[in-house]
Amino acid sequence: DTSLAELNSFSPSVPISPSSMINQYKFEDGPELRDLFITVDDPESHITAIETFITYRVVTKTTRGEFDSSEYEVRRRYQDFLWLKSKLEEAHPTLIIPPLPEKFIMKGMVERFSDEFIETRRKALHKFLNRIADHPTLTFNEDFKIFLTAQAWELSSHKKQGPGLLSRMGQTVRAVASSVRGAIKNRPEMFTEMNNYMETFSQKINLLDKIAHRIYKEEREYFNEMKEYGPIHTLWSASEEDIAESLKGIASCIDRCCRATEKRMAGLSEHLLPILHEYVLYSEILMGVLKRRDQIQGELDSKVDALANKKTEKDLFSEEIGKLEDKVERANNALKADWDRWKQNMQWDMRSTFTNVAENNLRYYEE
Amino acid sequence: MEDCLAKKMEITVSEAEKRTGRNAMNIQETYTAYLIETRAVESQSEGQCGPVESLWRRYSEFELLRNYLSVTYPHIVVPPLPEKRADFVWHKLSADNMDPDFVERRRIGLENFLLRVASHPVLCQDKIFYAFLMQEGGWKEMVNETGFQLKADSRLKALNATFRVKNPDKRFTELKHYSDELQSVISHLLRVRARVADRLYGVYKVHGNYGRVFSEWSAIEKEMGDGLQSAGHHMDVYAASIDDILEEEEHYADQLKEYLFYAEALRAVCRKHELMQYDLEMAAQDLTSKKQQCEELATGTVRTFSLKGMTSKLFGQETPEQREAKIKVLEEQIQEGEEQLKSKNLEGRDFVKSAWADIERFKEQKNHDLKEALISYAVMQISMCKKGIQVWTNAKECFSKM
Repeated sequence: DTSLAELNSFSPSVPISPSSMINQYKFEDGPELRDLFITVDDPESHITAIETFITYRVVTKTTRGEFDSSEYEVRRRYQDFLWLKSKLEEAHPTLIIPPLPEKFIMKGMVERFSDEFIETRRKALHKFLNRIADHPTLTFNEDFKIFLTAQAWELSSHKKQGPGLLSRMGQTVRAVASSVRGAIKNRPEMFTEMNNYMETFSQKINLLDKIAHRIYKEEREYFNEMKEYGPIHTLWSASEEDIAESLKGIASCIDRCCRATEKRMAGLSEHLLPILHEYVLYSEILMGVLKRRDQIQGELDSKVDALANKKTEKDLFSEEIGKLEDKVERANNALKADWDRWKQNMQWDMRSTFTNVAENNLRYYEE
Repeated sequence: MEDCLAKKMEITVSEAEKRTGRNAMNIQETYTAYLIETRAVESQSEGQCGPVESLWRRYSEFELLRNYLSVTYPHIVVPPLPEKRADFVWHKLSADNMDPDFVERRRIGLENFLLRVASHPVLCQDKIFYAFLMQEGGWKEMVNETGFQLKADSRLKALNATFRVKNPDKRFTELKHYSDELQSVISHLLRVRARVADRLYGVYKVHGNYGRVFSEWSAIEKEMGDGLQSAGHHMDVYAASIDDILEEEEHYADQLKEYLFYAEALRAVCRKHELMQYDLEMAAQDLTSKKQQCEELATGTVRTFSLKGMTSKLFGQETPEQREAKIKVLEEQIQEGEEQLKSKNLEGRDFVKSAWADIERFKEQKNHDLKEALISYAVMQISMCKKGIQVWTNAKECFSKM
């Protein structure tokens, strides 16, 4: 049984005990039980002279040997998460790094520091770290470990090491310049299929996201009208004698329908909307990953072309080319494995989410 | 139970047809004509029914009939007609009088009106009503010949009476308040219901989009494909189901509307009472003042200030003969007045008695009808939920197979 099951708990401040999370996934070395448990909670506001920002508590429990202790508690802010993500992308350009919640949500409804916004972000950050923990490769990343364990000042000093932003950008620019068109020509069939798939998937998931939001909106409007509907019957019952009881009965039923509608809406906003949103972000990430793979291959291709033109310095080139070929091969394999894993996850997520929606609706109608 | 027309005869408004013709001002117009079919029924034996008779009538003729009945039987709560124009619409229903759904609902409403009149113990015996059902030609002339329009009270007179009456029967005052409340609460309810229906429609229909996208998505998936595709189908079913649900609800709304319009009929009876009472009070007042005048002339004392009194003081008294003549006239008038007052009193009391009897009958009918309507509304909601359960159970199964 190779089904990847990923339990993502949405309850905010209930500590997740190790026994309630059973995670099994197939890796080349055989099945492994999860040994790293992370929670993100307790948002706190910090006000300094320059800025106001929120930190979240990150609690880690682990049985792994390479961790000095079995429990860690640190505070992190959104910037720190961004840093972690970019380090992971750097180290593993063709692995699928999970999405982070966006900086702002420009919907006009939610303010930057409203409770709703903070809670949505907290849940997304929690998911982010847990997805990394579940990933067979990423979970052993050194920066990840530091993120989970280092105290604030330790993290700051660690961040300052390593290649600066500008030099990293320089690499990217060079890569793009030299490669893309060639890469598409020589791209293995498998990755072309992936590209096509992602294009359609991205389109569909965006549509689904819009539809789900629209449904939520319509349900909210329906709820608003229903709130007025019940009391009218109560008002009417005041002028009647014979049918007063029936009218009051209907009024109370309508009110119950209202409450059921509220539950249905909550179900949507807690389960369906976040997942769809996550996969919208995922689709962007995946397009990016595919591009990076193309770039890496592009580097190889351009060097091969250069070799074909310059007969001299063959040895030098062939060593470089050898290295690049390795790189491409590794990148391709990594991507393929990760792709399969991602797809399984996606399938599971979609199945469970939509089943959940169906259950919510059933509960609604039963009530 | 009294012998009423409804028991002896089957009445249906079976069809509606668009017609064009020339109206009173010789301008061409389009209108809808309704086919009224009647058939005599023998109450004992099943198989023996008379032949079906039929004729066509248009809405304005129904209106004429109703006006006639309201004027001729002011103590009766006359059943209302279905609305002339579509009110309380929500976006799916059009407000067009020619829209087939509207025409159909109006057809049902008109049939209901005829059945109500036919089952009313007093109204069903009216000859004009009978002729409406049976006699196609010359009916309008027949109605006009009754001269009922002359008997109609002017709106202005009625309004005046409502404000000025001093001692109306308390029950009628209460009834008036009740009918005002009923009217206001039912129209509020119908307005909100229309909005709720609109929103519900929105929720269901957007789910239809799921169907389309799922289907497109399933094309690129391998394992998830089948589950997605069939789930999409169920979403389409869900979205489509709202149309029938809301159509049924329209019938419920129509039942409520009937009683909304009945409130107006109740108020008409109250107004008539107020008018009669005011008339009575005025007549009594007039009689009293005449008696007073008579007394003054007879005794020569002026108890109250009057212009006549002043002028006679200024310009000299009238001759005894003139005074005698005046007194005689007044005495005649007083006698007449007393007789009139007596008969008006009698009229008034009869009116109150028969009106109140009909109002009691109406109340029972209203309670019974509204209770049934509310029950059927609840049943509709339950059925809607059952359908919802079915669709989402199916969808859930499809999702779990993804």
